[in-house]
Amino acid sequence: MAEEKEERPERRKEFRTTVGGTVVKRVYSPADVNVCREEDVPLPGEYPYTRHIMPGGYRTRLWTMRQYAGFATVEETNERYKYLYRQGQTGFSVAFHLPTQEGFDSDHPLSAGEVGRCGVAIDSLEDMERLWEGIPLAEVSTSMTINATAAIVLAMYIATAEKQGVSADRLRGTVQNDILKEYIARNTYIFAPAPSMRLVTDLCSYCAQNLPQWNSISISGYHMREAGSTAAQEAGFTLANAVTYVEAMIDKGMDVDSFAPRFSFFFAAYTNVLEEVAKFRALRRMWARIMKERFRAKNPKSMMLRYHVQTDGFTLTEPQPLNNIVRVTLQALAAVLGGCQSLHTNSFDEALALPSELAVQVALRTQQIIAHESGVADTVDPLGGSYYLERLTNQIEERAMRYIAEIDHMGGALKAIEKGYIQREIAQSAYSYQRAVDSGEQVIVGVNRFTSEEKSDTEVLEIGAEVEKKQVARLEKLKRERDDERVGQVLDKIRDIARSDKNVMPVLIEAVKAYATIGEISDVLRDVFGEYREPSLV
Amino acid sequence: MSERKIRVLIAKPGLDGHDRGVKVLSRGLRDAGMEVIYLGLRLTPEQIAEAAVQEDVDVVGLSCLSGAHMTLFPKTVNLSRAKGGKDILFIGGGIVPKKDVPKLREAGVAQVFGPGTPIKEIADFIRENLAEEKRDNKD
Repeated sequence: MAEEKEERPERRKEFRTTVGGTVVKRVYSPADVNVCREEDVPLPGEYPYTRHIMPGGYRTRLWTMRQYAGFATVEETNERYKYLYRQGQTGFSVAFHLPTQEGFDSDHPLSAGEVGRCGVAIDSLEDMERLWEGIPLAEVSTSMTINATAAIVLAMYIATAEKQGVSADRLRGTVQNDILKEYIARNTYIFAPAPSMRLVTDLCSYCAQNLPQWNSISISGYHMREAGSTAAQEAGFTLANAVTYVEAMIDKGMDVDSFAPRFSFFFAAYTNVLEEVAKFRALRRMWARIMKERFRAKNPKSMMLRYHVQTDGFTLTEPQPLNNIVRVTLQALAAVLGGCQSLHTNSFDEALALPSELAVQVALRTQQIIAHESGVADTVDPLGGSYYLERLTNQIEERAMRYIAEIDHMGGALKAIEKGYIQREIAQSAYSYQRAVDSGEQVIVGVNRFTSEEKSDTEVLEIGAEVEKKQVARLEKLKRERDDERVGQVLDKIRDIARSDKNVMPVLIEAVKAYATIGEISDVLRDVFGEYREPSLV
Repeated sequence: MSERKIRVLIAKPGLDGHDRGVKVLSRGLRDAGMEVIYLGLRLTPEQIAEAAVQEDVDVVGLSCLSGAHMTLFPKTVNLSRAKGGKDILFIGGGIVPKKDVPKLREAGVAQVFGPGTPIKEIADFIRENLAEEKRDNKD
């Protein structure tokens, strides 16, 4: 029988899902699934929700197609939103320009060149009111990517709704409000970790009491993945951060079931379809068990991992940009097969610039084709039971749980961040990945294989310099016309409350209503809390 | 005579926090035998120019993925030159539309490296251009 065993050599010595990922065997069989127990993979909608949080999955309701958008001044963005609203979109996702995210007004020296560039410029309540002009906030749900200044921006949203006659309890949406991953990867922090955690938990507890339909946090693995982490690291580090938030809320005296149902998550989808599907399934199971076993949650909603997915921006290539449509399709497919609640698909030109209208349309159509033509949304967890997928789900869970245990051992995510542990792990993965690409071991089509000479004729969106001038002029006018005495008083009040242990949300709402700007409010908080400087880890 | 290592300053001007690229590049250039100072993020052009001159670097690498490169890169070059960094080689990286590249070159940024550029390509570019500069100076 020797001849039968003689085989042709394989293409590679070792197969892995991705650089630093899981080793992939030639074939999987029932022997691999033996390790997959009935209690781990029950029907969809049953604890620990490995297969889906709802019994009917997308048969009941498709995922929300939520495209992240925002640019230039509020007028341009408002026009885009109104257009989308007329087209039937009721889920908005706001991109803020960096000065708003980092607590600077548009006229601050550090804002030079950034105004309206990678998001919409919001300096004061006046801008926020204009952003939503003609869009009834009672009828839409709004996701806002905002972290260090989340409490101020949410205060503006609440005040805008109030002017529209919409009370806070009717508002639906999400603020990212996940400061921990900012220190690890995204870097739009302002204050040190401890006072930042206080702002995060102030916002969460205010929402638990006043905005029952609002997701008070979106705990994000996306940016850590963008920064270079592996799928298992993304899962492990995100849930380790989530554990820290839950503990902080409990320390504040909150009952776990009073806030956890409004905790939401945000992950990336890379191009290795099966690894991503396995990651999402593992994450659902891990979170359910953590909430039930570790935090003794009783409400099933506290145990259900609800999450948004964005296809991963890092995987987009600058050469041969149309290839990115294919990458995004595979990534979006993984997100849907994995059971996400909402999805953003990137545009093919985003390695070149902000997306053009054509590219944005193709990205949205990609989701619609998957939803309505591919058939993958017609049964729940269509890949469940695949020997390989179940095995991979278990493996990612094991690796991610090891990271959580390691971080627990260090005293939690805050300590692990202070020590630079998570940052170093991710930087190491990013470097290994680059080495693998540079050596050709990891093939990137159009970059290190199958390259071609190309014309550079992709039309890209341009933001003119006039945007900054217009926004700065508007801010000057606001400062001239508002009641400065009232602003001064409310800023003093913020200082007092920031020094106390009272919740900051009510005074922030008062301050934005007096048209105090994001820079002014942030400066007061900088005075009280101090600024964070990243430790040198490179 | 042992040759002085090439000194590179890498920095992120402006408010953009995407630092995967600069961190990977800092390590990669170090592994390629250069001395690398990573100055960090959220810096003004003034701070970068000051550091570049004080540290007497041969190369400054600027990274920006937020779209502010047309403001921040030329300003950093001009300030560095004004402070005495006449021979510094400037390179840039990030999400930079192709049509901006000639304008940046004109402003003194010798080359712009987009996402996915191999580290070796950047290291080779630095070596070749510094060598050229030395030859030019001898003439």
